Amino acid sequence: MPTPLSHAASHEEHDHKPSGWRRWVYATNHKDIGTMYLIFAGTMFFIGGLMAMLIRLELFKPGLQFFDPQFFNSMTTMHALIMIFGAVMPAWTGLANWMIPLQTGAPDMALPRLNNFSFWILPFAFTLLLSSLFVPGGAPAGGWTMYPPLALQTGASFPMLIFSIHLMGASSILGAINIVVTIINMRAPGMTLLRMPLFVWTWLITAYLLIAVMPVLAGAVTMLLTDHFFGTTFFTAAGGGDPVMFQHIFWFFGHPEVYILILPAFGIISEVIPTFARKPLFGYEAMVYAVASIAFLSFIVWAHHMFTVGMPLAAQLFFMLSTMLIAVPTGVKVFNWTATMWKGSLTFEPPMLFALAFLFLFTIGGFSGLMLAIVPADYQYQDTYFVVAHFHYVLVPGSVFGIMAGVYYWLPKWTGHMYDLKLATWHFWLSAIFVNVLFFPQHFLGLAGMPRRIPDYAVQFTDWNMVSTIGAFGFGLAQLLFPYIIWKCVRSGARVGNKAWEGAHGLEWELRSPPPYHSWTTPPSDAVIARGAEH
Amino acid sequence: MIRTKLAPLALLVAAACGCGPARADSGWGLLNMPEGVTEISRKIYALHMKIFWVCVAIAVVVFGAMIWSIVAYRKSKGAIPDGTLVHNTKVEFIWTVVPVFILIGMAVPAAKTLVEIEDTTKTELTIKVTGYQWGWHYDYLDDGVAYYSRLDRKSDAARELLSGIDPNTVDHYLLNVDHPLVVPVGTKVRLLITGADVIHSWWVPAFGVKKDAIPGFVNEAWFRVDTDKPGLYRGQCAELCGRDHGFMPIVVDVRSKADFASWLKDKAAEQKQAAAPSAAPAPPAPAAPAATSAGASAS
Repeated sequence: MPTPLSHAASHEEHDHKPSGWRRWVYATNHKDIGTMYLIFAGTMFFIGGLMAMLIRLELFKPGLQFFDPQFFNSMTTMHALIMIFGAVMPAWTGLANWMIPLQTGAPDMALPRLNNFSFWILPFAFTLLLSSLFVPGGAPAGGWTMYPPLALQTGASFPMLIFSIHLMGASSILGAINIVVTIINMRAPGMTLLRMPLFVWTWLITAYLLIAVMPVLAGAVTMLLTDHFFGTTFFTAAGGGDPVMFQHIFWFFGHPEVYILILPAFGIISEVIPTFARKPLFGYEAMVYAVASIAFLSFIVWAHHMFTVGMPLAAQLFFMLSTMLIAVPTGVKVFNWTATMWKGSLTFEPPMLFALAFLFLFTIGGFSGLMLAIVPADYQYQDTYFVVAHFHYVLVPGSVFGIMAGVYYWLPKWTGHMYDLKLATWHFWLSAIFVNVLFFPQHFLGLAGMPRRIPDYAVQFTDWNMVSTIGAFGFGLAQLLFPYIIWKCVRSGARVGNKAWEGAHGLEWELRSPPPYHSWTTPPSDAVIARGAEH
Repeated sequence: MIRTKLAPLALLVAAACGCGPARADSGWGLLNMPEGVTEISRKIYALHMKIFWVCVAIAVVVFGAMIWSIVAYRKSKGAIPDGTLVHNTKVEFIWTVVPVFILIGMAVPAAKTLVEIEDTTKTELTIKVTGYQWGWHYDYLDDGVAYYSRLDRKSDAARELLSGIDPNTVDHYLLNVDHPLVVPVGTKVRLLITGADVIHSWWVPAFGVKKDAIPGFVNEAWFRVDTDKPGLYRGQCAELCGRDHGFMPIVVDVRSKADFASWLKDKAAEQKQAAAPSAAPAPPAPAAPAATSAGASAS
């Protein structure tokens, strides 16, 4: 097959991209697809966020003021599905699409048409899922975990839920295959594995996790489907099945999924902190091994999500110990990030601010995670707001702040414009303060005995729920700044050179901003790669 | 930057104070897990506090180092980066191994407590608990007493959408039932927990007991309330079980052994009579305190 590389290199400015809607619908360019992923994720973030606002609105005070409990349950279910599969995962894939070719010296992703397909599945998947709000019986309301037998009571939206999850899973698997193939085959000569930026490393490991567990989820929901429509009894005791078996299968997917949501954030933080500390990442290899160990451990801890189902003592002890073990590589990462700042020369641009908030607040989520691993204590925490506080601390100031740090870090590279730093700093402080007002009191509520997934509560829980709701509205409104800042940056930001940040290292900063349409049409030289891989 | 941080905080405090009507039983002080009234619940509480303080200690060290870096190594204060500080085997070894020992220090007492919790031998009273949509059913297997326990009527009326009833005026809003589970103090009570339709979870924080009620399977749990702690203890279903998941509370009425014995006897007699073919439709069982006095007069 003739290679188009030399031809494209000599026509760098004549990239023959289709114009108008064809450029997007027929997109095969990694940047165009990355942009579409990010816009899609942002849209879903606001839809899922709106649902969160409705949840917090109903919980502002005791008594039911706005919604029927069934609709409330639909909101919690849909909020989770949309945020996990519609916002965070596509945002990571969008960032991967944009950055992996730039960071590894590749011209594009390895499988451009597959890339197009894996993106364009998503709008259909989520249209299907969201339209379930309008069918008889309402949207799925059995929780995003879809535990049977409750999930089998879902009305007309049940097959829509299952099919949309199949579509999301297919999209994720195709995207992950593309990322693995790109990283393994498309790196420039000289870009050895241990020279790769941490973001590429974390995504490589994340992609393997996706390929391993998304089919497991597909299997689990398919069994639900046949239980519902075709008379099987995988999860019905009366027919010889076991409802708890679903939980085991689901969490065998679900726990690695948790790391799918956070590992790329580890990668971003490992890029941002060295840039703004003006010092190479401390313990690069230890960081890579820590991510790999976390990924491995994620496969053997799943039942810590279900300590109350009545497992044998030995199983509970095993899952407690394996879960606690995760604290070791996670600790190594936090210590290494801190050591990267130690004796550095720090400045506090928006990406760094988000990375610092990540460092503090993700660690708080790690602490509550450790507490949750202790089985006897988990009997008290399980299914309370303490758990809600825990996973929102790792998902919002964890994954979402990681995404924001990444966007603010690379936005000048993507657009060729610097954004309004002052406004972005405001976005940061409002987000960082309100996220704590929103989620910190939920620790208290959970410990004091408030179960999760309830639309109404006993009056003694009123005060902290009010605080939490105020935090939610503050946080939600503050996010409106984000698209405005990006829009303003694209429209009228000041021009930036190749290297938008003084302390930045890596191949992406060797290209002009915005980078050429076909990123690295000739591979970077070994010297350039070595300069980028200073760690 | 400090000013930008404080302005919204001040606003927030003002907003929070403005909209929270002053109540005697304010919830601001509800910050922690209850110690509970069983030996196990106190052990769980002790474990919880132990891990909490270990986390606080680690946080002081780690956050201290972060804050020190943020304060001391600012470019604006002329900090020069030390580019050689990228790897240190000794330090990395220490911060990998030390956490392992801390974790072992937490795991050992946790495992011991867990072994005690799982010991369901030598129980003195067995009650079958069935969760259903949406309430609980209690069956005293050896005594022929069985009844349903649902959200009490006042809460049930107030919890309707736009009911117009202020929840603050309802006694134990959403945490009150018509017929509580009655158990004796100082007795190892074994619960056999199952579900009738979907999965529920029976949780009473004061006992340190939370166990899923799974259709088709029977889970075991137990508790023994301190002899000097009779009273009413409340909990809720802790596993999403459909529309009214938030409205199936649990109330346990813990009585002295003598009171419990007479209650059980009367309840058994009453249910036997109600089951007899000639009997009129069963009247609603009297509320718990009434049952005690009725029992006294009957015997």
